[in-house]
Amino acid sequence: MSSHNWNDQRIESVIGILLRTGVFLAASVVTIGAVVYLARHGHEVINYTAFHGEPRDLEGLGAIVYGALRGSGRSIIQFGLLLLIATPVVRVAFSAVGFAIERDYLYVATTLFVLAILLYSLLYA
Amino acid sequence: MNVLEFSALIGLGSLLAGFLGALTGLGGGVVIVPLLTLAFHVDIRYAIGASLVSVIATSSGAAAAYVREGYSNIRIGMFLETATTVGALVGAAIALHVSGDSIAVVFGLVLLYSALLSRRHRVEHGDHLPSSKLAAQLRLGGSYPTDEGKQSYNVRGVPAGYSLMFGAGVLSGLLGIGSGAVKVLAMDQAMKIPFKVSTTTSNFMIGVTAAASAGLYLRRGYIAPGLAMPVMLGVLAGSLIGARVLVKARVKVLRYLFAAVIVVLGFEMIYNGVTGRL
Repeated sequence: MSSHNWNDQRIESVIGILLRTGVFLAASVVTIGAVVYLARHGHEVINYTAFHGEPRDLEGLGAIVYGALRGSGRSIIQFGLLLLIATPVVRVAFSAVGFAIERDYLYVATTLFVLAILLYSLLYA
Repeated sequence: MNVLEFSALIGLGSLLAGFLGALTGLGGGVVIVPLLTLAFHVDIRYAIGASLVSVIATSSGAAAAYVREGYSNIRIGMFLETATTVGALVGAAIALHVSGDSIAVVFGLVLLYSALLSRRHRVEHGDHLPSSKLAAQLRLGGSYPTDEGKQSYNVRGVPAGYSLMFGAGVLSGLLGIGSGAVKVLAMDQAMKIPFKVSTTTSNFMIGVTAAASAGLYLRRGYIAPGLAMPVMLGVLAGSLIGARVLVKARVKVLRYLFAAVIVVLGFEMIYNGVTGRL
């Protein structure tokens, strides 16, 4: 029981570092994108009063990465947001590994179920 | 308004929302959507997308700190996330098919409800009743640090808590909020988990729940980078500052003030939704 708790603690501390790194990385990328975007489009007029969806190149994963590599500010921001959304996904994946190390198969299964839902949402929904 | 002015104003507003949300423990996410729709006339779908992103940022940022303190319970979190993530997908799917006005009305009701919840007194459960059979099979019990050393706790009411969590997930996906209030209600009230463990585990879960609907929103064009950028950076910075400043003495007054603001925003959302102005 105590070794099992100790492992939980260790898993949690690694998860803490992981989350912090993910958020820091995402915020940095979004900031870089913001600088590019504001420098290029800062004086344009904008409003979000009517919903028309975002263009295709800001929706798909591949398209976002392609746009970001081309140096588009909005694509870089979107890539940063994608990193942010991926952070909890990575933390769930890591938890699955942690539970597997503990040989807690009930929770490996539980965690994989959550992971499947997250991936479904990100990739197929 | 040009992009620079727009970004600066939204960034400032989000900073304040994140700051007050962290300071009062009510979360900044609930006021982002009203702020964007009522003050900046942003379409509610873009507002929800931006809010969802900021919710992930604050949850992940704050969770990193909580995790070290040893309060959160990853088993409880992961088990209940099977309910919140499915709920979030359902909520996001509903959002795709209903009008912005009806979402606004639901949003208003949730605001009023969370203001009401924030007034309730927090009692730590002193009873040491054994875990229910289901909770024991799932090994949900645990221990957490208190002033008198490690305190163990048992868990009950799993079906009720699980159902509430599904509801929390639906609201999160539908409205782009963290639904922290409902999550805490499920753990603290239904499952009799100690308040401190409930709040920190809830915070831990919010990011995963929000990520479940954020993916879907991103792929449907609800996340506008030009809008989400100042919201995410503002709320994140505000909540990090708020968590540091936490001056205990003033928080009570601030909580009342912030709850009052939430009530006003709640009525405003309902009014605008019913009259079809959003």
